[in-house]
Amino acid sequence: MLCCCFFMLHFVCRSSCENVKFEPVLTIDTMNPTVKKVEYAVRGPIVQRAVELERELSEGMKKPFAEVIKANIGDAHAMGQQPITFFRQVLALCSYPELLNDSTFPEDAKSRAHRILQSCGGNSMGSYSASQGIDSVRQDVARYIERRDGGVPCDPDDIYLTTGASDGIVTMLKLLVCGEGAARTGVMISIPQYPLYSAALAELGAVQINYYLNEETCWSLDIGELQRALDEARQYCNPRALCIINPGNPTGQVQSRECIEDVIRFAAKERLFLMADEVYQDNVYAEGCQFHSFKKVLFEMGPEYSNTVELASFHSTSKCYMGECGFRGGYMEIINMDDEVKAQLTKLVSVRLCPPVPGQALMDLVVNPPQPGEPSYDNFIKERTATLSALAQKAKLTEQVLNTVQGISCNPVQGAMYSFPRITIPEKAIKEATDKGQQPDMFYCMKMLEETGICLVPGSGFGQKDGTYHFRMTILPPNDKLQILLNKVKEFHQRFTQQYS
Amino acid sequence: GALSQSSTQAVNGVSHRGKVLTLDSMNPNVKRVEYAVRGPIVQRAVQIEKELKEGVKKPFTEVIKANIGDAHAMGQKPITFLRQVLALCSYPELLEDNMFPEDAKKRARRILESCGGHSIGAYSASQGIECIRQDVARYIERRDGGIPSSPDNIYLSTGASDAIVTMLKLLVCGEGRSRTGVMISIPQYPLYSAALADLGAVQISYYLDEDKCWSLDVAELRRALNAARQHCNPRVLCIINPGNPTGQVQSRQCIEDVIRFAKEEHLFLMADEVYQDNVYAEGCKFHSFKKVLFEMGPEYSSTVEMASFHSTSKCYMGECGFRGGYMEVINMDPEVKAQLTKLVSVRLCPPVPGQALLDLVVNPPQPDEPSYTTFMKERTAVLAALAEKARLTEETFNTVPGITCNPVQGAMYTFPRITLPQKAIDKAKEEGQVPDMYYCMRLLEEEGICLVPGSGFGQREGTFHFRMTILPPTEKLKVVLQKIREFHLRFTQEFS
Repeated sequence: MLCCCFFMLHFVCRSSCENVKFEPVLTIDTMNPTVKKVEYAVRGPIVQRAVELERELSEGMKKPFAEVIKANIGDAHAMGQQPITFFRQVLALCSYPELLNDSTFPEDAKSRAHRILQSCGGNSMGSYSASQGIDSVRQDVARYIERRDGGVPCDPDDIYLTTGASDGIVTMLKLLVCGEGAARTGVMISIPQYPLYSAALAELGAVQINYYLNEETCWSLDIGELQRALDEARQYCNPRALCIINPGNPTGQVQSRECIEDVIRFAAKERLFLMADEVYQDNVYAEGCQFHSFKKVLFEMGPEYSNTVELASFHSTSKCYMGECGFRGGYMEIINMDDEVKAQLTKLVSVRLCPPVPGQALMDLVVNPPQPGEPSYDNFIKERTATLSALAQKAKLTEQVLNTVQGISCNPVQGAMYSFPRITIPEKAIKEATDKGQQPDMFYCMKMLEETGICLVPGSGFGQKDGTYHFRMTILPPNDKLQILLNKVKEFHQRFTQQYS
Repeated sequence: GALSQSSTQAVNGVSHRGKVLTLDSMNPNVKRVEYAVRGPIVQRAVQIEKELKEGVKKPFTEVIKANIGDAHAMGQKPITFLRQVLALCSYPELLEDNMFPEDAKKRARRILESCGGHSIGAYSASQGIECIRQDVARYIERRDGGIPSSPDNIYLSTGASDAIVTMLKLLVCGEGRSRTGVMISIPQYPLYSAALADLGAVQISYYLDEDKCWSLDVAELRRALNAARQHCNPRVLCIINPGNPTGQVQSRQCIEDVIRFAKEEHLFLMADEVYQDNVYAEGCKFHSFKKVLFEMGPEYSSTVEMASFHSTSKCYMGECGFRGGYMEVINMDPEVKAQLTKLVSVRLCPPVPGQALLDLVVNPPQPDEPSYTTFMKERTAVLAALAEKARLTEETFNTVPGITCNPVQGAMYTFPRITLPQKAIDKAKEEGQVPDMYYCMRLLEEEGICLVPGSGFGQREGTFHFRMTILPPTEKLKVVLQKIREFHLRFTQEFS
């Protein structure tokens, strides 16, 4: 009876209110238009479907598979990779300093924790830090960079700790965007790219300038192509920034030193702000490949470049051998930034107070790991080596297996955490996809998901040359699972090709 | 060193016409952003700290940072239970360690099981770990006397600031006179003004009534709104309760009035409730906007669009560094909600330690659990200390001629009004400074106490204030209050 009255009251209220506009304040038509343009395929529709399937499975629904394998995202721990013991010991000590009295923890872990806590307000990780990040951590980051780059000096004042690398990247892009119409800032990014870039540019209303990596030469970067893209873009925007991901995502290529020099020379000549996304800097697998930081190469090119080229380099705790995605740790190093702009940057980051302190602490350990002679050193090196060599192995296995499949061709996975193979999709499948209003590689990936439970991200989510199709798959599952995965992908592809022949 | 910005030397035939990124070629909105809580006075305070460290002689031996609501930095202790669980989550080997109570281990296991690979190092779902969102929903239901909360309406965030900025971003559209206008109190927490500047939205200021303990008057809301309608499209009303910097705890009646107003005027309501446990004054009580909305019946509860914000940074936890928070969205259009979900996915997820911490805040030890007694003891001690310091602050300031301090009903700050002699105002202008900034800078240089001038939060024209936290330990607070009193008398004397 009461429910009935309640319902009727609601109904009466609604109809009497119909005279007054009953439209919500915030609708698809009245919301921020640039937000609508944002896409982020890594967690897009296919992942939403994967989550749905997982739910259905857990509710007992019958599927052609027993589990959904989320090979869409570069999340190492989720795929079974173990955290580095030393890091987690220090983090535990920082979280609950009473443990400093606990003899199960090694001295070097305690000494790191002690140092971190002393640099925190009230000796607690619960305090806000300085907005640029804890001072002593920034100093450690600077020293790490100097060691990595063979002694090229690094000023802690140029280091900004961030909430993952994504945060630093978005902040820099925000600073760079200005102008209207044909004077609107244009930002160069690779195709294929990690879709944080396209998403951020859409949200900021900046112009995305695509430069194509060369699939035939293992996704290498060609200055001629940079020039082409830039010259064309100059007609409708004001190109001001050049973004490069090295090692690449999704493509995994590790740029040669010469290429990096060429890019720097190009940026200098064309007056572009360089953004070097180097979050995979420890993930280098292929023989003959080596990571060269943009900072190091810049300085080795002499003062004509090192005094002038404006550069921001980005790193993170999410990848490499740590895989600590959930902590949202990261930093950026700013080179040759105008002092007044730097003051604006410092002001901007202050509004969000500070990056998460646990992530800052973690970054401190990454850049200041156990040293030879310290109790945790052997174990640390063992764990680090095991993780990186497992990844190298899986990179190789992936390339190998996928290349045995007719209609799949996979470039060597030189670095990072993904394979981005090219797939041949039969005409009939392309037609069916198009009829459904789906990108052909999305159609392919959705089918794979429904039939095998394997979640990948279609190449269209990263960008690719017209008429080509790809998918991005992580190399992260444990070896034996990866083998099974690769075989299922192979079988699916053969089935799919057969079905649409 | 870099070549000078204006250098036009040609090197190797390439002319250097200055940098790519300059003040003139950067994002103009960013230039308009100000955030006083960490602004120029704090930069000076940090500089002075450095000088002290280097042995420079000062009239004081330490800088007291009473500018920012950072409880741990001021000596407040973390809640033991929370940190035990976080340690267990960070280093699960400790689950074997019998120094940890069972209820802590149980919470840790549950959190770890909800993480990818059972590690807090995995990314979570972008909306936040599901079981935590469920716990948040249950917390809200308990808090609000049973009013249902759907976990699907909960978005975990990187501090409350993150969610506030995200919502404002969603809401901003239009050009020129149809540009979105957002109502915010004066005084306000300057995240709002900063975000609105960054987004290029129009800030619509409504004045709180200092004479009535910073209460909110709907007539003033109406005045501000009507004036604003001439130059923008007002769509949002933001309210901070308990207030920052002003500390007032809105009456239930007032909250109803605001809801009614939002409905009448077709405004999206944003309720910043991060200080919801920080209520000190007799007769004051926290009423969540969600609860009041639903108690007003379906005419309101099924129509008014609202987002409420909470955080792990304040209350009794004070865990600012973990950047934990959430928002609850009510009556959001499903298509917009899908856009919101998409938008937060680009940043992957909020920090997982912060999510874990939030889980413990909304799911604390229960009466039958081993950690309950200590937890309650610690929580009560923190809140009681804050209440005492709130009272002490108000009392002390009100004994100073030229300082009047409203009761600190809640939150963590005092926002007293200061009388500045005309000569001081003139001197400030000479120095090119806003008068209360001049005052606060002098206080910093002479006593080493860092406050934030009222101009950083907004205030009625011709009035001056400062915001000081009530966070230092009681003994230190007494000293700080004493020094401010002495400074104020000295300052008034100097400019008489």
